[in-house]
Amino acid sequence: MVLNQFLILGAALFAMGVYGLLVRRNIVLILLSVELMLNAVNINLIAFESFLVTSQALGQVFAIFVITVAAAEVGIGLAIVLMIFRNRKSANVDDLSLMRW
Amino acid sequence: MTFADWISEPVNWFFLAFGLVVLFCGFRVVTAKNVVHAALYLVGALAGTAALFLLLSAEFVAWVLVLVYIGAVIVLFLFGIMITRAPTGLDEGLDSEQKALPALLSAAVFVMMAWASIDAFGTELITSTGSPTATELLGQSLLGRFVIPFEIVGFILLAALVGGITVARRDLTPAEEEERSAV
Repeated sequence: MVLNQFLILGAALFAMGVYGLLVRRNIVLILLSVELMLNAVNINLIAFESFLVTSQALGQVFAIFVITVAAAEVGIGLAIVLMIFRNRKSANVDDLSLMRW
Repeated sequence: MTFADWISEPVNWFFLAFGLVVLFCGFRVVTAKNVVHAALYLVGALAGTAALFLLLSAEFVAWVLVLVYIGAVIVLFLFGIMITRAPTGLDEGLDSEQKALPALLSAAVFVMMAWASIDAFGTELITSTGSPTATELLGQSLLGRFVIPFEIVGFILLAALVGGITVARRDLTPAEEEERSAV
C-alpha cells in the first residue's frame, strides 16, 4: 500500500466536508459535514501511524482523542440546535440573522 | 511504481472497494436531499473508514469508531433530526443556491492537499501491515505519556455532557412552577 492513497482519500473527504459546510443550510447537516472532516483527519492520523510505526502508537492515540472531542462536540452542538429550534421554530442558519449587521 | 504493480496487491483491492464506498457515501452526505438519508450515508462513510483502519492494522481504533460513531453519535444525530423537523416540508431549501463557489473552493482545497502530499511522499510504501497494533501498547501510551491529555479529554466530555443537558433542558414557565409547588 502506498501512503499517498490514504492521504488523497482523506483530502477528498475533507474537501467534501468543506463543500457541505458551505452549501448546507440546515444546522444538523452542517454538523454532519464537520464530522466528515474530522473523519478525514482520523484517516490521515492512522495512515501516518502505520507509515512511521512509532513506539507509543502516537497516531492512534491522537485519533482516539479526536473521536472523543467529536463526540463532545456533537453532544453540545445538538443541544444548542435543539434550543435554537425551540426558540425560533427553525433549524435553518439563514433564519438566524438577528445579530447580523 | 505503476498502476499495474499497485493493483496486483490484494490488499489494494480491499482499499479500492472500501475507499470507493467511503467516497460515495461522503458525497451523498453533502448532496442528499433527505436529512435522514444524509445521516444514514454518514454511517456508510464511517463503516468504510473503520474497514480502512483495519487494513492499516489499527484494530482498536476501528472498533472504537464503530462503537462511538455508528453506535452513539449517529443515533444522537437522528434524534436531533427527528426533533428539529419543521411541521411543513423542510426537505426543500436544504442547500444554499450558491453552489459554484463552494464547489470551486473545495476543489481547490482538494487539489492543494493532494498536490502537497504527492509532492512530499510520492510513492512511499506502508510496510508495516499484517499484525495488528497491540491494544496493550495503546493503553500504556494513553495512561503513561498521555495521561494528562487523557484526563483533560475526559473532563471535556463530562463538561460537554453536563452543558448539553443544561442547555437543552426546558425551563419551566411560571405557571408550571406554581403547579409544581402546589403539589
